[in-house]
Amino acid sequence: MIAHSIFFFAFAFIAIISAIMVTVSKNTVHSVFFLILDFISISCLFIMMGAEFLGMIMLIVYVGAVAVLFLFVVMMLNVAKQSNEWFKSSSRSSHIPIGLLVSIIIFFELIIVIGGWKYKPELVNNSINSVSSEITNTHSIGYVLYTDYIHLFQLSGMILLVAMIGAIVLTFRKRSGIKRQSYFKQISRERSEGIELVDVKKNKGVDIDV
Amino acid sequence: MIEIFYTIFQETYKILFLLLPLLTAVAMIVWLDRRVWAFVQKRRGPNVVGPFGLLQSLADALKYIFKEVIIPASSNKVIFILAPIITMTLAMIAWAVIPFSESFVLANINVGILYIFAVSSLGVYGIIMGGWASNSKYPFLGAIRSAAQMVSYEVSIGVIIINVLLCVGSLNLTDIVLAQKNLWFIIPLFPMFVIFFISALAETNRPPFDLPEAEAELVAGYQTEYSGMMYAMFWLGEYANILLMCALGSILFLGGWLAPIDLYPFSIIPSPIWLIIKILFLFILFSLVKAIVPRYRYDQLMKLGWKIFLPLSLIWLILTSGFLLYFDLLPTN
Repeated sequence: MIAHSIFFFAFAFIAIISAIMVTVSKNTVHSVFFLILDFISISCLFIMMGAEFLGMIMLIVYVGAVAVLFLFVVMMLNVAKQSNEWFKSSSRSSHIPIGLLVSIIIFFELIIVIGGWKYKPELVNNSINSVSSEITNTHSIGYVLYTDYIHLFQLSGMILLVAMIGAIVLTFRKRSGIKRQSYFKQISRERSEGIELVDVKKNKGVDIDV
Repeated sequence: MIEIFYTIFQETYKILFLLLPLLTAVAMIVWLDRRVWAFVQKRRGPNVVGPFGLLQSLADALKYIFKEVIIPASSNKVIFILAPIITMTLAMIAWAVIPFSESFVLANINVGILYIFAVSSLGVYGIIMGGWASNSKYPFLGAIRSAAQMVSYEVSIGVIIINVLLCVGSLNLTDIVLAQKNLWFIIPLFPMFVIFFISALAETNRPPFDLPEAEAELVAGYQTEYSGMMYAMFWLGEYANILLMCALGSILFLGGWLAPIDLYPFSIIPSPIWLIIKILFLFILFSLVKAIVPRYRYDQLMKLGWKIFLPLSLIWLILTSGFLLYFDLLPTN
């Protein structure tokens, strides 16, 4: 039990510190690396709570895919010029009040949720399916996800699909006049198509490739 | 209090019992790789240091240790040093869940296959960090190539793993092996095995998909600025990853530690030996491919991953689940 709480506090501490470092660090790429560290420690917390499936999916989806794309975009910026002007520039600091407002709202929401959890437990417990400890985590998620919540699950998949198609439509440009290779064409070429025999007349030459 | 120390000591002992043979195996496998490569090309390969050149890798390691580690002045130093460490650590920790026999496994966790998948998807960070922190053109290009390549091929590997999981009904690696007691999955899922093998080549940046370190175009890709022990750590991590992919392939498709037939001459050979034989078999295939196949072009690589392997494995997924559903073979527990 002692070891459990030691690990919990270690991971929670790393998560909070790295979340702060994401906003504070001057180099944008460092911010992304701290974000990754944050994801990893949060998935460790998930695993410690017994939700090993969620923890692993968190690692695979967020760290393995989403953060790589983040890193891709951020790294394309110039390395030498990467400095976060967040706290230094005094002239254009209009984002700080907005950020404070959002964080205060989130703070009050957290207070409401945790207070409700502590003093009115029946409010929260009614809506949550009880998880029995006999079947594994993965099984219990599967049972709920594909039976009671199948429509919501499918709907969220459709939303993701729409978002993906939207992104493709926004960035897709049909360009003409580009030479493309197609290996079916290349492989299925016959000798008769590839070679043309021409009688060359004296002092005339040949027209090449009209 | 004594008990805690005893447990820690015991676990450390177990971990060392796994890690030391693994590191030795990585050194030996490099030698094997070079020998197979030389054999195909009618050369001799490393044959001077020790009997059959077996100690060549140790000599190389000694050389790397005594070389100076050069850190470029314009690099991002912390990330530059972290990158090879992360690569090697991730390649090592994935071995924690590989079962060598029914009882011999370091951590028999419920979501073993997801753990391996997660760790191997983290592996891309070592490469990206190394490429970016070097602050130079070739490493950066190599890192971008490698990241795109690994992310693309992970998708098809994921679908292939789902194919196997459908037949097993569990995410535990031991269960996956035990489900193949009667029939190895390579027989019903042979096309998936082929796609898995090719995707594993791409995932570990092996030839013919070694574009991140294509020496003709990018010097040495993300490793260009590295030297001495830090280069050797990248190298160790890479080969440990290759071994891990071979182990994963033999667990998913070749029946893991199980003997091919449960009869007298086969059944007296201990289970870990069988797993090692299967890993070696897959590894020799890996190095044969390295010797005989020319390098892919990058757009062809992407086309192969997204337009051929992904649809093919999805179609096979539908076929497998349809077959299992129709004949009522879906595993239930």
